[in-house]
Amino acid sequence: MELTLNEVEHMTRLARMRLSADEMERMREQLSAILDYIALLNEVDVSDVPPTAQVTGLSSVMREDTVLPSLPRNEVLAQSPDHAEGMFRVKAVFDD
Amino acid sequence: MGHPSDLYTMTISAASAALEAGDISAVELTEAVLRRIDAVEPQIQAFLTVTADHARLQAQEADTRRSQHGRLSMLDGIPLAIKDVICTHGVRTTCGSRMLDTFVPPYDATVMVRLNQAGAVLVGKTNCDEFAMGSSTENSAFQITRNPWNTDCVPGGSSGGSAAVVAAGQALGSLGSDTGGSIRQPAALCGICGLKPTYGRVSRYGLVAFGSSLDQIGPMGRTVRDLALLLSVIAGHDPLDSTSAQQAVPDYVGSLTGDIRKLRIGVPQEYFVEGIDSGVEQVTREAIAVLRDLGAEIIDVSLPHTRYALPVYYIIAPAEASANLARYDGVRYGSRAAAETMWDEIEQTRGAYFGPEVRRRIMLGTYALSAGYYDAYYKRAQQVRTLFRRDFEQVFAKVDMLATPTSPTVAFPIGQRVDDPLAMYLSDIFTMTANLAGIPGLVLPCGFCDHLPVGLQLLGRPFDEATLLRTGDAYQQTTSWHTYQPTLS
Repeated sequence: MELTLNEVEHMTRLARMRLSADEMERMREQLSAILDYIALLNEVDVSDVPPTAQVTGLSSVMREDTVLPSLPRNEVLAQSPDHAEGMFRVKAVFDD
Repeated sequence: MGHPSDLYTMTISAASAALEAGDISAVELTEAVLRRIDAVEPQIQAFLTVTADHARLQAQEADTRRSQHGRLSMLDGIPLAIKDVICTHGVRTTCGSRMLDTFVPPYDATVMVRLNQAGAVLVGKTNCDEFAMGSSTENSAFQITRNPWNTDCVPGGSSGGSAAVVAAGQALGSLGSDTGGSIRQPAALCGICGLKPTYGRVSRYGLVAFGSSLDQIGPMGRTVRDLALLLSVIAGHDPLDSTSAQQAVPDYVGSLTGDIRKLRIGVPQEYFVEGIDSGVEQVTREAIAVLRDLGAEIIDVSLPHTRYALPVYYIIAPAEASANLARYDGVRYGSRAAAETMWDEIEQTRGAYFGPEVRRRIMLGTYALSAGYYDAYYKRAQQVRTLFRRDFEQVFAKVDMLATPTSPTVAFPIGQRVDDPLAMYLSDIFTMTANLAGIPGLVLPCGFCDHLPVGLQLLGRPFDEATLLRTGDAYQQTTSWHTYQPTLS
């Protein structure tokens, strides 16, 4: 399965991850090789086989709706590269 | 009991007994370990952070407790190391990534809460492949960790630091995490013991997420008995992890009876295939013969879908990783690249601060989950995952556990596989099936090949860690491979 550079670029947009042109080409080659290998799965008959998303057998685990203390705000904010007035600060989300 | 300067060579159970008897103090033990770290760490490079002052304080507290009220647990005063993907309150936790270079967690992982309540001493945080993605620890953004048995070789990975420190005497035991073999493969390559518990046996709260349906924290140590001690403390339900299991935690130490007569042990033919090193195969088969001599019945079995483990794993793990690692946007924690707009900042942060293997897996996972490809990749992989589970269910109806090699080769030279992702991935082909099926896997040293350690892997039924530990302990009661230690100047 030969990926195109366009497909790789599309993935970088979906993943919000900027790559250099060199790396996109390298990624194209490496991912193509890995996808070739993964194509091995096409030989397995999976008709009528349900998918396994997780192995616990648990679903919709509930707990009492009780209020518990959360982490100290200052300690959490202290980990942020930029914060102000008790909030995380980022550049403007919307233009104009 | 050894000379005070040799205390770092003790097992956890021996050190615990010596502490209990008052033959040694926690401060003496911790100082011996810290001196050992000073002596060998320049060669091994296994720690990302050494918490010497913190460890000394904890050791003093342990000694005070011991003299005043008695010890909190068998781990009270025992120096341990923790993989740097497990959050430690107030102690830097990097995941081996530039992305989290300066991250100091404002909380403890549940396993850390439990270890602290048990009185364990934290000596440091260990190196690993970035976000636990890798099989050699070479994907760490910070340093190359060396195998104590041959410092030109890798320690395995991703918990390579946690394995190397135990082998080199820089901690008495450690915790690692295992998504496709990341506890068991480095344990094998460094000649120590490691256990990946059943999925859900140990809380994942505070373990930085990689593949959420596969990840599990587990103990690493010099003997199977030490793993039983560690597991007893960290196992159990946690309300903070909704995937953690409600099942009661059995008495793991009490299960070490040394008796494995009539146990049925399956040997899956698919794990002795082309690609496995002949020396590794021979040593593994000799270990299985020892189990037979101890009274176990050895039965040939088949797990027909084994050859699909690697392709299934390399869809499911990257898919889950691409979702989990979406949180690293440089906003709430970690590093942030400077750029013109918010989106530019996020895209450049992720492009610049993730390393090559993490970027590769995010791309692969994004592709597998993207519109138009989901059914062909992710859904199909999940279906084949069901077939693995059925393979194991069928085989565990006939046998109590499986015995297999851990990795196809012994430790390989640093640099040998870094440019070939598929070759690197192949070192986990015998371990990743346990994560896909959610079953427990124990690894213990069973000999040497080319002067490097080989590990035997035992795979068990879900929540049957006790039988694995009993078998591994019985093996160690009649063999001495676990007592060999590397020579370091």
